[in-house]
Amino acid sequence: MELSGAEIVIQCLKDEGVEHVFGYPGGAVLHIYDALFQQDFVKHILVRHEQAATHAADGYARSTGKPGVALVTSGPGATNAVTGIATAYMDSIPMVVLTGQVPTPFIGSDAFQEVDTVGITRPCVKHNFLIKDVRDIAETMKKAFYIATSGRPGPVVVDIPKDITDPNKKIPYDYPKKIKMRSYSPVLRGHLGQIKKAVGLMLSAERPVFYTGGGVVLGDASEELRELTRELGFPITNTLMGLGSYPASDKQFIGMLGMHGTYEANMAMHDTDVLIAIGARFDDRVTGHIAHFCPNAKIIHVDIDPSSISKNVRVDVPIVGPVKSVLQDMLTVLKEGKKRPNSAALKKWWQQIDGWRGAECLSYDRTHAQIKPQFAIETLHKVTRGDAFVASDVGQHQMFAAQFYGFDKPRRWVNSGGLGTMGFGLPAAMGIQIAHPGADVALVTGEASVQMCIQELATCKQHDLPIKILLLNNGYMGMVRQWQEFFYDGRYSHSYVDALPDFVKLAESYGHVGMKVERPEDLEGAMQEAFDLKDRLVFMDVVIDPTENVYPMIEAGKGHHEMYLPPKSELV
Amino acid sequence: MRHIISILMENEAGALSRVAGLFSARGYNIESLTVAPTEDASLSRMTLVTRGDENIIEQITKQLNKLVEVVKLLDLSEGPHVEREMMLIKVKAERSQRDEIKRLVDIFRGKIIDVTDASYLIEMTGQASKLDAFVNAVEEDLIVEVVRTGPSGIARGAKGLSL
Repeated sequence: MELSGAEIVIQCLKDEGVEHVFGYPGGAVLHIYDALFQQDFVKHILVRHEQAATHAADGYARSTGKPGVALVTSGPGATNAVTGIATAYMDSIPMVVLTGQVPTPFIGSDAFQEVDTVGITRPCVKHNFLIKDVRDIAETMKKAFYIATSGRPGPVVVDIPKDITDPNKKIPYDYPKKIKMRSYSPVLRGHLGQIKKAVGLMLSAERPVFYTGGGVVLGDASEELRELTRELGFPITNTLMGLGSYPASDKQFIGMLGMHGTYEANMAMHDTDVLIAIGARFDDRVTGHIAHFCPNAKIIHVDIDPSSISKNVRVDVPIVGPVKSVLQDMLTVLKEGKKRPNSAALKKWWQQIDGWRGAECLSYDRTHAQIKPQFAIETLHKVTRGDAFVASDVGQHQMFAAQFYGFDKPRRWVNSGGLGTMGFGLPAAMGIQIAHPGADVALVTGEASVQMCIQELATCKQHDLPIKILLLNNGYMGMVRQWQEFFYDGRYSHSYVDALPDFVKLAESYGHVGMKVERPEDLEGAMQEAFDLKDRLVFMDVVIDPTENVYPMIEAGKGHHEMYLPPKSELV
Repeated sequence: MRHIISILMENEAGALSRVAGLFSARGYNIESLTVAPTEDASLSRMTLVTRGDENIIEQITKQLNKLVEVVKLLDLSEGPHVEREMMLIKVKAERSQRDEIKRLVDIFRGKIIDVTDASYLIEMTGQASKLDAFVNAVEEDLIVEVVRTGPSGIARGAKGLSL
């Protein structure tokens, strides 16, 4: 088969089984777009801004586990994509981003729409490539997908100069079946000796806690995690990225941990004697002040990336390997051995945890005349029977969604945890909806975040994406306002979002359904109506209490035992 | 503590900037860095000198290993090894000073590789501390310029850092 460079790029996507590409055309990728036009296996979703192409590919990847693919042009196309690439990098999302580049003879000449894409993206990709010869396209594409999806996943950028895709220069095409790289070989199994040591430590524990993160979701290890946790009877807390990897409705689940984690989760972390960290990276929002972090614990850490281990916190039993196989091995070791967990100690531990649960740290005022954001999320859970894909932007609404939706399944909660990218939500929701056409996809957002990629309402219209947007409208950048209230004596410097559009009219002008909800008693009915409109995007502008804060809260730099609880909580 | 790390990496455009970028992005310091192709043209060998406590060095080696183009690396400081650095130093050498400088070069086993009626160009290899000592031994206002390669290193013993 003789193909041009442009045709090879598309054929490689086919051979990788890529059905959807999110992109935006431009000069440097015109040959590729022409090849795309002449086939119908790879479907292209035209976004309105390249940032959205990467976020949408990201949402697609997070909700499916398959690599997301974005295609953008050189120069501004590539720089616009950078935010989305960095977002995916921070959360280890498998993604391949194809960027056009000026023709090779022009590289370095400050040509029209030229930037050093490989240079700009280097610090925020797992790897990147600049292809300089048409004969290298197939192998590079194979490497890109292999690197993006194996080991600790991440985004890979492939920069393709225009002359490499010349439609008149055809060469024989052969897609490599396998790829082996001497400089890149992810670990496939955890060290059995370390695993046995870890199991021994777990069985000797009196106050153990599982602390699990996004790695369990990325590694498709939820079932194994559930089995191990139930087998041992230990409490389990999830990070923001790990939500859904263990069912929130299960009695062993003690909620999210960290800055806005539950009282019981953070106190359990503080008092634990054996911490079992799985696919989590001891992020500063989770650990608080390192000196106060799990002061009495022996720490077991399972991670596929050796550099995550002992990066922020020294651990006692490091295990490098894929979470899934390590958990399987742990289960085998556990079942083969005779020793069982210390049930007397565990009983006491659970009594203590139940005591902390009694603080009802997620309580809020249910009698308030205005809609409380917590109530809005609970209503969303009720209307969608807890089974929706929920994307969010970044801020208070994100924390409320994380705390109150109660995710029971992995890959249902899609948010930018590491980079904290406002504007992520709407395009991410598009990616989810493309991947799951019949499913309920909700976007929980704020009036500040949603405006950062609001133009994507047009993409939703063009591609018939019936996302349900739950805009928790408090008129403020809520999280900024909260910090200003707590730490800047209420000097609300530039956190008030004045001059908001009429979101109902805005949605309607894009051809969608708009709704405004202002009273708590109207919310469930309105939401039900919205979700009943199966084939329409519905934009619900929900006016909420502007003074509500996210509780509990650990101030940055404080320990897990130093939490602010909601004003009405019994412990305050 | 000072560490000398030897890295075998793919000889590809951009590999060097990945290493340099890693150090600046994560706030590690590079004291010196040398790189050149090996007997296998597809591989480069880099010697990098850095400083940091145990935790930092552990992160540096892990992060370097994570770079897709890094094939293998070894912290030479962990075992017996040899380090050599080359220096080219140009000094003023006029009548009265010529003999004295020549003697000093001989003591340090250096070579004078270019001569004018007013200067010597001296080549010298050795451990960094020896080169420092020579620079200190020459009167400061006689030094015209100093060019140093930074250390290259190799482990002692029969084993090599190879594929």
